[in-house]
Amino acid sequence: MTIVIAGAAETDEVGRLPGHSTVQLHLEAARNALADANMTIHDIDGIATVGTPGPIQIAHALGITPAWLDGTGVGGSSFLFHVRHAAAAVKAGLCRTVLITHGESGRSRVGAGRFGLGADSLLGQFELPYGVVGPPTSFTITALRYMKETGLTHEQLAEVAVAQRRWAQHNPRAMYRDLITVEDVLSSRMVAYPFHLLECCLVTDGGGALIVTTEERARRSPVYLLGSGEAAESPIISQMEDFTTSKGFRLSGEAAFGEAKITHEDVDHLMVYDAFAHVPIYGLEDLGFVGRGEAGAFIAEGHTSPGGRLPLNTNGGGLSYTHTGMYGMFAIQESVRQLRGEAAAQVPDVEVSVVLGNGGMFASAATLVLANHLP
Amino acid sequence: MKPAPKPTPETQPFWDGTAAGELRIQRCEPCARHYFYPRPSCPRCGGDQVGWVRASGRATLYSYVINHRPAPGFEDEAPYAIAVVELEEGVRMMTNIVGVPNTPEHLKLDMELRVVFERRGDVSVPLFEPAGGAR
Ligand SMILES: [Zn+2]
Repeated sequence: MTIVIAGAAETDEVGRLPGHSTVQLHLEAARNALADANMTIHDIDGIATVGTPGPIQIAHALGITPAWLDGTGVGGSSFLFHVRHAAAAVKAGLCRTVLITHGESGRSRVGAGRFGLGADSLLGQFELPYGVVGPPTSFTITALRYMKETGLTHEQLAEVAVAQRRWAQHNPRAMYRDLITVEDVLSSRMVAYPFHLLECCLVTDGGGALIVTTEERARRSPVYLLGSGEAAESPIISQMEDFTTSKGFRLSGEAAFGEAKITHEDVDHLMVYDAFAHVPIYGLEDLGFVGRGEAGAFIAEGHTSPGGRLPLNTNGGGLSYTHTGMYGMFAIQESVRQLRGEAAAQVPDVEVSVVLGNGGMFASAATLVLANHLP
Repeated sequence: MKPAPKPTPETQPFWDGTAAGELRIQRCEPCARHYFYPRPSCPRCGGDQVGWVRASGRATLYSYVINHRPAPGFEDEAPYAIAVVELEEGVRMMTNIVGVPNTPEHLKLDMELRVVFERRGDVSVPLFEPAGGAR
């Protein structure tokens, strides 16, 4: 049985959408994906979505009676998990066609869930007492160790933001499109040393949806799921095994590449969840595209920029395009667009695209290998 | 007011320790290895033959960020370091660094540190200062 993505779409707009609630963003994305797939709610018998408000409410609001539900909520990588789980469910005969939705009023906080965990949680006992203010002050804490052990420079870290802005420049939907220099990045406001404002992701509103089914049920040229992997490491970043490499990135990548039976030379396009500038550096190394300590120079030399040999984060990424809080859906959407030849900053001849998602602070990870034809 | 942790049954011995001026961590008897955070089974072997020991309080600076947008209760200290230290016993924990200016020039990775305790309401939290004392 061949599993495909048969429909994919984002909300009409992403960015600042104070007139949209979380539920509206889910539903708008779902309707757009159904239209993209030439399907209706009557074709859908499986639903997967995360967190607020969850699969029951989204299915009910859309008028779908699901035979299979998945509410896996492991942070921003959740939608990659949903694709993997949906593929397994369809293969097992639990359902036929799955709708995966994401909507998040990350910036405007309309109909959004509450932030925060109790003082008796793991985070509340062992990290929050030290003045952590969300991801900008905790996801970032691995970077100085990585820099000491590999020699990555502040300028190379800044180059990640510079490279992604080169892609965003060609994407009219990107929130930030003006070209920037290393000097611009290093002179932007310090958020959490060594991270400047331009090395931290945006906070936006938006949504996206996907339809996963079999090749036979697809009604438009499908995107094939060649392989996938999922993994987890530690719920709190202080307990990550080694601050210079993500175990979740490595394990999920190995599983996905193994299932897809591809090598790195087969990959034409790569999306790596970029909540902060160091994450694509870990992604390039942990997926095995470059050796240990080589990613900073690889990016600085332009290999991931337009015209480079490994186009990376071609929508502009979380640093320049959009980041609702759970960015993984948007990384998948850009891979689908590139494979269909429909991207704003289209790369020529993309046949195989890899998506790496992160959840929490290197807590969960998933990798998808997607292609526009079977090998 | 800085955030204070609220102990749970499996972490209570840790917080009893900090209140007594001791840094207590767990150790698996069969594995002869320490681990942190507190939990009822060894993350290496899965066994429950685990006990509490008093750590030496000596540590080195593993990594950190210097936060410029203070959390509630930290307004007077910003910018301040949020650090992860590695205890002599091999486990790591998040903390703050005191007794030294929180600047990149003064916070060198792998510098030697020692534990001190700060009272927060009903509990004491472990912080770390340079091994030679405040400077
Ligand atoms: Zn053990």
